[in-house]
Amino acid sequence: MTWMIQLVFVAVVAVPIYFLIRRIKQIRRNILLGKDLDRSDRSGDRWKAMMLIAFGQKKMFKKPIPAFLHLLIYVGFLVINLEVLEFLIDGLFGTHRIFAPYLGAFYNVAMNIFECLALGVLISCIAFLIRRNVIKVSRFTKPEMKGWPAMDGNLILIIECVLMMAILKMNAADQVLQSRGVAGYVDTGHLMISSLMIPIFEHFSDGFLIFTERAAWWFHIIGIFTFAVYVTYSKHLHIFLAFPNTYYSNLAPKGKIQNMDAVTKEVKSMLGMPVEGGSEPPTEVGTFGAKDASDLSWKSLMEAYSCTECGRCTTECPANQTGKLLSPRKIMMDTRDRIEEIGAGQGEGKSLLGDFITKEEINACTSCNACTEACPINIDPLSIILEMKRYVAMEESGSPASWNSMFSNIETNFAPWKFSPTDRFNWAQDLNDKN
Amino acid sequence: MSETIKAPTVAELQAKGETPEILFWVGCAGSFDDRYKRVTVAFTTILNKLNVNFAVLGPEESCTGDPARRAGNEFLFQMQAMANIQLLDMYQVKKIVTACPHCFNTLKNEYPDLGGNYEVIHHTTFLQELLDEGKLKVSGGSFKGQKITYHDSCYLGRANDIYEAPRNVLKALDADLVEMKRCKTKGLCCGAGGGQMFKDAESGDKEINVERTEEALDTGAKVIASGCPFCMTMLSDGVKNKEKEVEVQVKDIAELINDAMN
Repeated sequence: MTWMIQLVFVAVVAVPIYFLIRRIKQIRRNILLGKDLDRSDRSGDRWKAMMLIAFGQKKMFKKPIPAFLHLLIYVGFLVINLEVLEFLIDGLFGTHRIFAPYLGAFYNVAMNIFECLALGVLISCIAFLIRRNVIKVSRFTKPEMKGWPAMDGNLILIIECVLMMAILKMNAADQVLQSRGVAGYVDTGHLMISSLMIPIFEHFSDGFLIFTERAAWWFHIIGIFTFAVYVTYSKHLHIFLAFPNTYYSNLAPKGKIQNMDAVTKEVKSMLGMPVEGGSEPPTEVGTFGAKDASDLSWKSLMEAYSCTECGRCTTECPANQTGKLLSPRKIMMDTRDRIEEIGAGQGEGKSLLGDFITKEEINACTSCNACTEACPINIDPLSIILEMKRYVAMEESGSPASWNSMFSNIETNFAPWKFSPTDRFNWAQDLNDKN
Repeated sequence: MSETIKAPTVAELQAKGETPEILFWVGCAGSFDDRYKRVTVAFTTILNKLNVNFAVLGPEESCTGDPARRAGNEFLFQMQAMANIQLLDMYQVKKIVTACPHCFNTLKNEYPDLGGNYEVIHHTTFLQELLDEGKLKVSGGSFKGQKITYHDSCYLGRANDIYEAPRNVLKALDADLVEMKRCKTKGLCCGAGGGQMFKDAESGDKEINVERTEEALDTGAKVIASGCPFCMTMLSDGVKNKEKEVEVQVKDIAELINDAMN
């Protein structure tokens, strides 16, 4: 009989793992649709960025209250998943609490830690649900958050609550079974949180309690694996991608714009300067800047998948604060939606710029870096905006008219304003006027 | 003033067989904008008073290309950058000081990719160094105890992590430095960066410079200090918009220091 259950367990675990692997490959392929960008340097600084920002949550602590609640969920996620290891071994070998005899008294300590964290996660998720749905924190109610994004946020929190309650319910039933000496239920010692539910369970029969304990166990393990698959379709993917995303952070000063080497080659040959690798036949110059998601770098696409739509970028964006259409978060969400579409072979004839993001949005950006500063995991919406501005300026010559005249002023007068270059030094005449 | 204030050009010095220690990069706003020309004059005056061995490019200077690059025109930026690098290298420039955070950022961070490597300093950092070395001495004078608020330029602050130098210079004035609600890493943009200076804002509920000016006025400061020509224009417009130009002045840090030196 138990071998049949074990077989069912293997099947129940294998199916989500299959879908999970398929989805991971899909996301990886989509990210690699992006253009090359070399982020292989300075591995020491990169590890440091990852440890401080993703692992250490450094940037979250700009807002202490949500940071603390988020930390509880994060630590809970990392630690409680250790328990899943026991679930897996028990499931595969038909055992129950396999670690208990080996860990001795420490098993009780570990279980109590898990339970406290489970309670912490539960409280945090409820607090977050309240922030989203009752207090309606303004960054969760922006236009781009309507529909699925809002639903996604709530679903994640509700699923986490239900999963945590399953653990506590399982432990409560288990403790009653232990006290009645039912075979197979090893002594876990007193469990602080779940024991509070014992009064509810004490009146039930052994059979019902065994059913409850087993049901909660299966629910939790199936829930976790299903959730893992769901996460890959959700904004919640940041729980994994935050790590590589911070590792591959932009380490240059925020104000520095990445040089376009293809342009450098052309400019050098126009000016008659020696071009590196000049003897080689010119490689095919693709489009300048980005019209579609696949014109962006793989890093921008990874960022799109890493974004958890918290909206801190949009809250800090001066354009958004003063009622303009631009929302850096929407830029990331649109990029992800579009690269998903391209990856699935859909949406032919559409493009990121135009069908998802409008010129009005990108033109409003002051490149002030408030968004990149605000992002808890170093996402850079500005680089996507800039690539689109480049496409508009260099491929379409479609920049706003006043920018086009600024360009021609620089070209002809060497200043963005229409002044004669010979007047540039006129200020020196004022030197001795007032002093 | 007994001595005349001079702004020698690098070309003049070269004709005499001299090279300046420091190039003062004036920038387009510093050269053409009537209000910012006064900052250029103030900073040149400080350099003269302190006998700093400096020169300017004068008519040979050209736009760094910053607004073109940020508006997407990479070709134009690189054309400008290449020409400027050729000029700077021809004059063997090693050290550049500028009063414009946009020029500062571009020269410092972006020119190296195109082969232009210089030590680039913003004038607020330069003034702080002079204060630290004891070469620059100011006594508060008219600013003593006066409420001054400092507006962080995005291209100085977030872009290059320069938050303390301008504040330290202001503290030397014995002024009462008050912070706006949003400052330092959370500072609010004046609304002019990224090429916005050269076009109308997209439609919204409010202009960014008005929002920022309101925040500056909320501090009760009589002087809004800035270290950027774009910020100065935007905040001055904001103050006019609020009809406060009689009570509240927008001043560059170089102007405040120059005034305190007299």
